[in-house]
Amino acid sequence: MQAVWRYSPAVRTSLIFVGIAFLCLIFADISISTVNPWTEMGRLLLGVVTPDFLATESLVNALVQTVAFAILGVVVGNIAGFFLALIFHYRAVRVGCAFVRAIHELFWALIFLQIFGLSPITGILAIGIPYAGIIAKVYAEILEEADTTPLKAVPPGSTATSVFIFVRLPDVWAHFKTYSLYRLECGLRSSAVLGFVGLPTLGYYLETAFRQGHYSEVSALLILFYIVIASMRVWMRRNLLPLYILGAILLLPWGGHEIYADNIVRFFTQDIVPQPLRDGVFEPGALSGFGDWLSVLFVEQALPGAVDTLQLTMIALVATGVLALVFFPLLSPLFFGRGGRLGGHVFLVVVRSTPEYILAYVCLQLWGPSMLPAIIALSLHNGAIIAHLIGRYTEHMKVRVDAPRGLNLYFYESVPRVYGQLLAFLFYRWEVILRETAILGMLGIATLGFYVDSAFADIRLDRALVLILFTAALNICVDALSRHIRARLRLKTTIEHG
Amino acid sequence: MALVDLTLASAGYNGANVLHDVSLSIERGEKVALVGRSGAGKSTLLRLIYERIDGEAAMVPQELGLVRALTVFHNIYMGQLNCHSTWRNVMNLVRPMQQEVENIGGIVKTLGLENEMFSAVGALSGGQQQRTAVGRALYQRADILLGDEPVSAVDEHQSRSILESIADAKPTVILAMHDIDLALAYSNRVIGLDAGRIVMDESTAGMKASDLDLLYRG
Repeated sequence: MQAVWRYSPAVRTSLIFVGIAFLCLIFADISISTVNPWTEMGRLLLGVVTPDFLATESLVNALVQTVAFAILGVVVGNIAGFFLALIFHYRAVRVGCAFVRAIHELFWALIFLQIFGLSPITGILAIGIPYAGIIAKVYAEILEEADTTPLKAVPPGSTATSVFIFVRLPDVWAHFKTYSLYRLECGLRSSAVLGFVGLPTLGYYLETAFRQGHYSEVSALLILFYIVIASMRVWMRRNLLPLYILGAILLLPWGGHEIYADNIVRFFTQDIVPQPLRDGVFEPGALSGFGDWLSVLFVEQALPGAVDTLQLTMIALVATGVLALVFFPLLSPLFFGRGGRLGGHVFLVVVRSTPEYILAYVCLQLWGPSMLPAIIALSLHNGAIIAHLIGRYTEHMKVRVDAPRGLNLYFYESVPRVYGQLLAFLFYRWEVILRETAILGMLGIATLGFYVDSAFADIRLDRALVLILFTAALNICVDALSRHIRARLRLKTTIEHG
Repeated sequence: MALVDLTLASAGYNGANVLHDVSLSIERGEKVALVGRSGAGKSTLLRLIYERIDGEAAMVPQELGLVRALTVFHNIYMGQLNCHSTWRNVMNLVRPMQQEVENIGGIVKTLGLENEMFSAVGALSGGQQQRTAVGRALYQRADILLGDEPVSAVDEHQSRSILESIADAKPTVILAMHDIDLALAYSNRVIGLDAGRIVMDESTAGMKASDLDLLYRG
């Protein structure tokens, strides 16, 4: 009998996702609505090549504040995450961590703005809380995989703390350090974006410069930001960390932001309580009113928001995969020499160091609000991250001496070997892409973030909170689905990326 | 009272029995060598004895149980982790204390690891790692030392000096050995195992290496 040819499970899954993305694309609004998109883009490009580093002295201030918020936020997240990792075997801790990390930093910032106003506490907690959830999970995984054979050789009667610091900690310490450094890079991006809700970081100055059309200032801000990120391994040294922490605490603008206990109490007892329940749960009609309130909120906001969020996520996910496949050869010694790869590196570092939110903001200014800016921003940023990981992976790939060249090498030798790894990273980032998609709504695309932002703008915090919880739940579902698919296709990510 | 008393004991791992109906008694002060082909049950018997002794013995396991990221000094110090306060342990981890460096320096010297004392164990050769694990067991405050082939990766000359220091430092020693000559030289009782059963249990006085040939036949 002749063997029947079939697609592999990985290819079949990919085809299903491409099909879904294609359907989503048919119904997506990807129009360009600005009058002169290309003239404006020309002006922007002119600004990019003529950066003005002396535009204002706020340039340095923007970077210092961005770094200060990032360092304090990541330190808080790291300490909390470390201790949570030690008790990660409790189900309540695992669920709690999954929940806090499913809520985007910007949503956390919007919540804390209501409580602490523009005080630095808002920024530090907005980064620290979701990061604690992510770090706890990753540290717990690292601890789980660590070598436990030395435990058997420890003399009985040693205290648990002694055993932990002598036997468990030394082995995982290097992993913790590497991951913390990666988290700091993420923290810098998060911190930059927090400027868009009013904190004095990069995003704030970027938005101002953009509004005024000062594109040379925009490009100067971004170039300095890339330099800060690219040189992180140089300036972030363990013995300097206490100095940085102290400096960050001193430099943040603590003054002028009184925190009122009344605000905090009102937030919890009034603002976030669903409106129909504010007079008391047992008032006549309160519960039925609450039911109506919830169903209206669900039908008019949560559901349409979720549909748009998922639609955009699916398109962005597949576009990310395609761009990763296109980008990875730029870094691979199989395709380019040293000089060519350097160019690829610079391009990918720039694209992946720019937060999706800023990329989307820029594209939106040029083309007007539709799904197009979001798709481009999400797929560029995430595609560059995955391409970077895959490119590094191909550095260790050995091909035979008589291997084909060019496109044949690409299709027959490299893509088949990296495809599983690529899918693993892609599905891993699915949940990240969803979280970002929801947030991009704050720029005016009708994803969940749009409704959350409107609720905050109307000071309807009860609605905002329900919508944020709904978004988090959606995130947790997609995360579970992604884990299921990765397990079924036996895909493993060796490098953690949150 | 005997240190260990086994009567018709069986043991194994993963549900499969490796030891069958083993009976033996070991007194304090004995130097015992367990010999036999690989797979005969030496490691299982050693682990069974270790469990029976329950916390009184220092152990050199076959997989060594070293913390690869820590130095030789710190790995050996771990032998007395139970003798100091947590605070002192932490301080000594951050910066080795002079007194501990002196205490451990002696052991490090007998093991020939003077130059590697402050090197991370992960960067050392197999033989050096094995000597570090022996050092940790020597440093442990225990009168009994159990070892699963503790000198298998060390050259013969050094093996002899290490076995000598073990014999000097610990009154009771039980070692699984694959080198017959060394087993006879540093023990006063030899227990031979074959296919999970004790087939020989004698004093080493006047014994020749060829007397153990029956264990390795076939």
